[in-house]
Amino acid sequence: MAMLLLLLSWQAQARLVIEINEGTEGALPIAVVPFGWLAAGATQGDVSNVIAADLARSGRFVPLAKIKMPGEPHTGLEIDFAAWRAAGVEHMVVGRVQPRQGEGLVVEFQLFDVVRGVQLSGYSIPTASSRLRRVGHQISDIVYEKLTGQRGAFNTHVAYVTVERSGKESLYRLALADADGHDEQVILTSKQPLMSPAWSPDGERLAYVSFEKGRSLIYLQEVGSGERELLAEFSGLNSAPSFSPDGRRLALTLSRDGNPEIYLLDLASRALTRMTFSNGIDTEALFAPDGKSLFFTSDRGGKPQIYRLTLQDGRPLGKPQRITFEGVYNARAAISPDGKRLALVHGDGNGFHIAVQELQSASLRVLSETLYDESPSFAPNGSMIIYATERNRRGVLEAVSVDGSAHQRLGLSHGDVREPAWSPYILK
Amino acid sequence: MKLKLVGLLLAAGVVLQGCTGAQGVRDDEVPVDERSIGGTVDDAEGARSRGAEMGSEFAGRPVSELLNDPATPLSVRVFYFEYNSAELSESDRDALATHARLLNEKSDLTVVLEGHADERGSREYNLALGERRAKVIERVLSLQGVSPQQIQVISFGEERPQAFGHDEESWRLNRRVQLLYSGY
Repeated sequence: MAMLLLLLSWQAQARLVIEINEGTEGALPIAVVPFGWLAAGATQGDVSNVIAADLARSGRFVPLAKIKMPGEPHTGLEIDFAAWRAAGVEHMVVGRVQPRQGEGLVVEFQLFDVVRGVQLSGYSIPTASSRLRRVGHQISDIVYEKLTGQRGAFNTHVAYVTVERSGKESLYRLALADADGHDEQVILTSKQPLMSPAWSPDGERLAYVSFEKGRSLIYLQEVGSGERELLAEFSGLNSAPSFSPDGRRLALTLSRDGNPEIYLLDLASRALTRMTFSNGIDTEALFAPDGKSLFFTSDRGGKPQIYRLTLQDGRPLGKPQRITFEGVYNARAAISPDGKRLALVHGDGNGFHIAVQELQSASLRVLSETLYDESPSFAPNGSMIIYATERNRRGVLEAVSVDGSAHQRLGLSHGDVREPAWSPYILK
Repeated sequence: MKLKLVGLLLAAGVVLQGCTGAQGVRDDEVPVDERSIGGTVDDAEGARSRGAEMGSEFAGRPVSELLNDPATPLSVRVFYFEYNSAELSESDRDALATHARLLNEKSDLTVVLEGHADERGSREYNLALGERRAKVIERVLSLQGVSPQQIQVISFGEERPQAFGHDEESWRLNRRVQLLYSGY
């Protein structure tokens, strides 16, 4: 019992914390009014706080402070639009939580255009009291899409690795949390390094590298059940797993033939196809969203740069073409869901920053100012990039909007956090 | 009998190296004391002469003692590298030559070559860089006759730093290959 309590209190400490660094100019003023609580018992956290924080974090909205609100309506009928127009908001969200017939709760919300005084959206969402935060994220997704035209990515997860050192020992954890850093769940613990978490396209599995057997091997784990299997234990390196868009193949790096090369592993047949042939290091492969090409890091030209390999029937077509030319070091690319741009680790000689390169124009822009940035990962709607960096000598996660205007920070209360992988949309 | 033969040859001024094969006496059959006689004779050059030195270099000393003797290059078991480089220095090569001789002499000894990188740049690339460094050392040992069965290469990339600072000195200490004798 004492053990259990200890564990619980530790988990409470380890929660990711959100800090917002910068807002965006031209962000939309919105009011998310505290939701009414009509269910039995005390309120269990206000859904409106979750929604307001989500919208603010995106950099696209500026939620009105509660103290400046001219009232606290919970339904459209209670809204005095003139008063809210005078408070300077263009849109507002109102809602209430009610008991549900039988058991559980129902969350009702409405989104209004304050200027015109009309409802833009409204839903009634049945849920359990333990899932109120999730409902908040779902409402944020609906509001965001209605007002920006782009699908929201608030109801998603981020997987990451944490490390805590005590004396000579280190404890590594593979964990996932909601995209706002709440509700962390540890899915693997090891005294040996854990690396490179990669989501399956259905968001139900994670491939990763574990050193638990003394060297780098690739595992595949069901997120829901925790069941896992050893996927690659070839001689030499087994690293950098990444799923094909259809989820049927895994790109990975193996050095079984001498030096690190890219291979494709067919997950059903376990057939292995070698994709690269060079004397240098080839690693960090990822598929284009259409599955028709692979991007990877190679130092075949001296320093690490990004190359593109065209695929035909799952085999290389022609030679890989180098696509990054700016800076002395470009590596560990991630691709936007629309396939139009890469986020990468960009070394300019002074440090390593997150940069975005447009594939069409090859123009590159640096998004981060910190010196040791790594492991960029796109939100499934392509709006934000999460990455790992260092603040006050500790590993933290930060996110930046693709245009560089909005920044947010996620950090553990202690230990280092690294290698974020933003999940696909949650379909369930 | 053998002693007489060697004595004869010495008297004739013939170098040991040049004669053993012709006389049907294999080098490895020569007892140590005779060999030491041969060693005093002259400046015999080449592989066999070195082989004779090897016998005396490690003879009679347990491996654990050899590895902890600061006077031998065997005490050098961490090799450091420049940023983004897998090149060895001359002194590293000299130390590795001694390790190779020990491994050649004691064929039941095995080593793990653990490659590491500093924290800068991408983790997966650094994992490959750690392997490249360890493989450079593996190649040096192999070229000097160490059996592949005696060597295992493992890379930890930047995942297992020696020093935890975020500065030049820590990075220097972390760009390394550790040569670990199994069981020692």
